[in-house]
Amino acid sequence: MSYFVDKNGYYGQFGGAFIPELLHPNVQELEDNYLKILESESFKNEFRDLLDTYVGRPTPLYLAKRLSEKFGATIYLKREDLCHTGAHKINNTIGQILVAKHLGKKRIIAETGAGQHGVATATVCALMNLECIVFMGEVDIKRQAPNVARMKMLGAKVVPATSGSKTLKDATNEAIRDWIGNPEDTYYLIGSVVGPHPYPDMVARLQSVISKEIKEQLKAQTGNENPDMVIACVGGGSNAAGAFYHYLDEEKVDLIAVEAAGLGVNSGESAATSQLGEVGVLHGSKTILMQDEFGQVTEPYSISAGLDYPGIGPLHAFLHESKRAIFMNATDQEALDAAYELTKIEGIIPALETAHALAVLHKMKFEKNQVVVINLSGRGDKDLETYIANLKDE
Amino acid sequence: MSKLTSLFNEKKHNLLSVFFTAGFPKLNDTEIIIKSLENSGVDFIEVGLPYSDPLADGPTIQHSSSVALSNGMNLDLIFNHLEALKGSVKIPLVLMGYLNQIIKYGDVKFCQRCKDCGIETVIIPDLPMIEYESHYKALFAEYNISNVFLITPQTSVERIRKIDEMSNAFIYVVASSSITGAKGEISEKQIAYFKRIEQMNLKSVLIAGFGISDKSTFNKACEYMNGAIIGSAFINYLSDNGSSTITKFVGDILD
Ligand SMILES: Cc1ncc(COP(=O)(O)O)c(C=O)c1O
Repeated sequence: MSYFVDKNGYYGQFGGAFIPELLHPNVQELEDNYLKILESESFKNEFRDLLDTYVGRPTPLYLAKRLSEKFGATIYLKREDLCHTGAHKINNTIGQILVAKHLGKKRIIAETGAGQHGVATATVCALMNLECIVFMGEVDIKRQAPNVARMKMLGAKVVPATSGSKTLKDATNEAIRDWIGNPEDTYYLIGSVVGPHPYPDMVARLQSVISKEIKEQLKAQTGNENPDMVIACVGGGSNAAGAFYHYLDEEKVDLIAVEAAGLGVNSGESAATSQLGEVGVLHGSKTILMQDEFGQVTEPYSISAGLDYPGIGPLHAFLHESKRAIFMNATDQEALDAAYELTKIEGIIPALETAHALAVLHKMKFEKNQVVVINLSGRGDKDLETYIANLKDE
Repeated sequence: MSKLTSLFNEKKHNLLSVFFTAGFPKLNDTEIIIKSLENSGVDFIEVGLPYSDPLADGPTIQHSSSVALSNGMNLDLIFNHLEALKGSVKIPLVLMGYLNQIIKYGDVKFCQRCKDCGIETVIIPDLPMIEYESHYKALFAEYNISNVFLITPQTSVERIRKIDEMSNAFIYVVASSSITGAKGEISEKQIAYFKRIEQMNLKSVLIAGFGISDKSTFNKACEYMNGAIIGSAFINYLSDNGSSTITKFVGDILD
């Protein structure tokens, strides 16, 4: 079985490009060019150079000794939190801004949830001197205030999305609507492995640097490039796609995707798409999405703005359906507890999104010497307010 | 022959279509809206299926959709309303809705209910031609349903030719590169685009939409196209005036 996109833009039954005719030329232009660009020497050199000297790659693969001791396994943390701007998101934005430049685009638009992708986009636009407009749900603007300020400081215009649930899904709708209205000069710099083909594949390729490095680093540190398990959180699924990518065909490596359960999978306040969703079309892609009995997209909930999304990327829908990945989830409280735990015993404050991936350690039984890699997708600076508000005095 | 084809055989100019969102402003307004539009001389009607995430629509239609949904509108109810009107409404009705609703409802059940209601034409803005060909064409044909494709100022000549070939209702000529919404004027650039399409001598009937809002924009579009669709401007009218004075809205356009 292949877990990679086929020539029609599908992963099994998932993927495709379900876009209004208005977007056809834009998406077609990208589809016609993305592989040529990504595989060109000039792109590869520029991308590698910026990842090394600007983003700070390779990021460390850190053997978390006290965490390992606690869970009776050998746990490594892939430190994407140490990337410039604080999350894996910048791997993708560096890559796509180069693609946009190759296509001669002058105006960059993006959606953001937690604000991490917005900040990463505003950053590369500053770097490349390109106009930047970020759509962000009104609700998220409130709960991720520091990132809004950062984007503005970086010169981006932040446009509130006031429709629907006023979160990531609606910000994405607004970005797509803007793109419809500006088909010629504008590049839509999407933030996860979602959207119409070729975005999911392009973003997965750009993020695949994560698992490429894990392989090299594990080999150097343990003699074996394959762990027993890779764990990553899934909002749209870009950090997970990057961490899984070079292991997709290594069937012995268990892939664990962790979704946000919010107040509990069946509480009505959740973002555990794989558990609650059904096949449908969201943001131009056939995937699994949360919807009601008449196919209206339902409003997800998670304490973490970056996981508060009613869909998952088509690759993940396929990994779920084919059972190549195991889908688990963590509640708000479990994620908070896991964040406090990592902070206390390893001195690392993770992003709330990432904390969901850490939380499932408590739900698994490990055998001694089992090698586990957790993708530490981002750092918790942006979530300090939430962490402080929920901290119980001890 | 479909009702729409008979209409187009009889009338080739100044075809007026009006779009409304089912369930807006009131849940049970479908009947009064359709009958008033028919009585005031509209040639065919687009019935919008309200959707939570209407990607190609501007604020006006987004708002009408969310009001309709909170009024409790759903696909079952819409079909019930349309089925009840089947005997009494003579002009063609076209359904316009996003693909996810159809997938969830069940493709076959959707087609069957269209057939039961006398619906022969659908517009699904996020169903691209390639997906239509591989997954829906045969099914729609089985139920005598025609799919309407959109073209825009960016659509290539080659693609327009292909769309013309595939169309058996009409081609929806999107008047500008934008989402739906009432705009003031038709620009020189838009006229140049209309002329370019007109001069292609396509076999299909051409109906302009997106940004057609009043008598003046309707007449302008009809100089080059076979007709035009008014959507957001009508929704705005309903918001301000309710459903009781629809004849006046249409009268102002046609007089
Ligand atoms: C640190 C971090 N991790 C994970 C995510 C979720 O996105 P994805 O599933 O695409 O990795 C986000 C999104 O904002 C994030 O900021």
